[in-house]
Amino acid sequence: MNASGPGPVAPPTLIIRPDSARSLGLVGELWEFRDLLWTLAGRDLTLRYRQTVLGVAWVALQPLLGALIFTFVFGTIAGLPSDGVPYLVFTFASLAGWGLFSGIVTRASGSLVQNSGLIAKVWFPRVVIPGSVVPAALLDLAVALAVLVVLMLWLGVALSPSMLLAPLWALALVALAFGLGLIGAALMVSYRDVQHILPVAMQLLLYASPVAYAAGVVPERYRDIYWINPVAPLLEGLRASLLGTAMPPTWSVTSSVITTLVMLALGATVFRRLERRFADVI
Amino acid sequence: MSSDRATTAAVEAHGLGKRYVLSHRPQATTLVERLGQLVRAPLGGAGDEELWALRNVDFSIPTGSAVGIIGRNGAGKSTLLKILSRITPPTTGEVRLRGRVGSLLEVGTGFHPELTGRENIFLNGAILGMKRREITQRFDAIVAFAEVERFLDTPVKRYSSGMYVRLAFAVAAHLEPEVLVVDEVLAVGDAEFQRKCLGKMGEVAGEGRTVIFVSHSMAAVSALTQRVLLLDRGECRFDGPTAAGIAQYRALQGGGEATPAQYVATGRSGNHVRHARVRTSDASGVHRHGEALTLEFDLDVPEPTSTLCFSCKLADDSDRNIVHLWCFEPDARFRREAGKYTLRFTVPRARLFQGAYSLRAFLSDRRTNTMFDELHGICPFEVTMDGVHRDDYAWTAGDCTYLESAQWELAREGDAPQRGTVAP
Repeated sequence: MNASGPGPVAPPTLIIRPDSARSLGLVGELWEFRDLLWTLAGRDLTLRYRQTVLGVAWVALQPLLGALIFTFVFGTIAGLPSDGVPYLVFTFASLAGWGLFSGIVTRASGSLVQNSGLIAKVWFPRVVIPGSVVPAALLDLAVALAVLVVLMLWLGVALSPSMLLAPLWALALVALAFGLGLIGAALMVSYRDVQHILPVAMQLLLYASPVAYAAGVVPERYRDIYWINPVAPLLEGLRASLLGTAMPPTWSVTSSVITTLVMLALGATVFRRLERRFADVI
Repeated sequence: MSSDRATTAAVEAHGLGKRYVLSHRPQATTLVERLGQLVRAPLGGAGDEELWALRNVDFSIPTGSAVGIIGRNGAGKSTLLKILSRITPPTTGEVRLRGRVGSLLEVGTGFHPELTGRENIFLNGAILGMKRREITQRFDAIVAFAEVERFLDTPVKRYSSGMYVRLAFAVAAHLEPEVLVVDEVLAVGDAEFQRKCLGKMGEVAGEGRTVIFVSHSMAAVSALTQRVLLLDRGECRFDGPTAAGIAQYRALQGGGEATPAQYVATGRSGNHVRHARVRTSDASGVHRHGEALTLEFDLDVPEPTSTLCFSCKLADDSDRNIVHLWCFEPDARFRREAGKYTLRFTVPRARLFQGAYSLRAFLSDRRTNTMFDELHGICPFEVTMDGVHRDDYAWTAGDCTYLESAQWELAREGDAPQRGTVAP
């Protein structure tokens, strides 16, 4: 370069075409716009607890109330076994994982429609919007895990080093949820049905997964079908790592990880295919 | 190696086009409806109409210049802005943009009423593409520009609309992109603040950055830009010096299909204004000051709503609203029954001052906040003071915008007061 003048460095050229291939992948875009992602995440978090009396306490209270209900219905009334751990701790551990999963799927799916004002008026990589729900869900998980440790100490459940594996299970849950959330978000832009189907589907999935009960109580002949649900092995695995309860069968974990990767890829593809039309349709 | 700034284009567009498909079938917003449509008409086809919002547009904007984009309603200005700001992709052609692009299509995009001024500065800045570090650096300048120091920790829902707009513009004004794309956001805010914004934008252009500015206000366009692009029905009609462009724009408004004081909608469906007329006292869109002025609107209302509202404004050539008229009658028939209506407003003595005026019309639903139709700069007409006499002084442009009659009384102690009327 000729350094004769103080001229600015040639700015990058952006080319806009009908089919512009993006220079960055979705992951690259999330990284490049991480400041925006954090800001949007911070906004949602602030707004969620502003004007609530109990504020952030809700993060802990919600799964705790859920776990109390499950303990009463499934532990006390139905008398189901809980692998030798107090029922409350047993179901609370899974609810923490379930909250992470369902929180991401539900909030990511609704995120584009909720932020339609932004989509119509300003450009930034669209994936930042569903991406911004992940930090809040992880924060919820962290709080829930802290509460879990308190419960364990209180109810005399031993802490074990296998707890250190919990982040891996959580990571798989995040990946699966994010893949599904991307599909949900992209579809909801055109089809608002998704917002009605979603709660029903999540409810179904909750009871088809080992949250309120141990997978061991599922009758033997349904077991193989049961483990096909990709969420089930991840939640059971998370609980096993936290409490030392029964592990899911290895094959089910493998199949779940494969499904997760397929869902992530599918989610990214669907999102990429549809994202250019978001502003015209939303 | 040509690094000469004057010859480097900041923005170059070739063969730019954008096609929208207008569906005349009811819009499918649920999966089931969409599937039903696919079964009935697998290839889409039949009920659809193509509309080219932009077609074959070529232009090149040199680095460091400020360019205005002007044109009538539906000329394609907004579509062009959306393409330049990457919100929507073009159907054909390409644009090359050199440098970081900042676009401002709305004041306060993403502002949240529950968040404080401080929180909104960070949120809005991030949405407009600033890094957190950049916002922190410019934070004090933004706050000073907006003059909201005392209210930084107050939720913006408690701000007056003026404060809100000032804060929102201040954030955007401190973006430092090489190319700044601005829609008609200056139409809001008080006059003094508008001047401040114009000044800030002029400064931006002065710093060698490129500004692309869309406006209906010829006053703002000529104050800010040296060059304009004139769009008409999706095509670029003129690309050159601002004064000549504005003249062409006025000619376009006066001639062609838009006969003076007339507006005809093309290819619209749903509730809309089909036809608008300003009946002036003289033919060819000239109105004598003080005569009766009639405004007529043909409305298509296929789907009446219980809070359908129509309003219109007469705007002068600086785009200031001078007269506001409306029909928000609770039991207006068009709120209950579908049909084609004609709505007529008669102003018995229109006392607009001499000058060029145009009409704005809004057809909306109050409850759902839906804007069915929003027209700007239609039905241009001229008001003359011919035949309106006053002693000693002739009428001069800028005397006023609206003329009123009044009584005057001149008194001195001990004398009977002298009386008269101001009666244009």
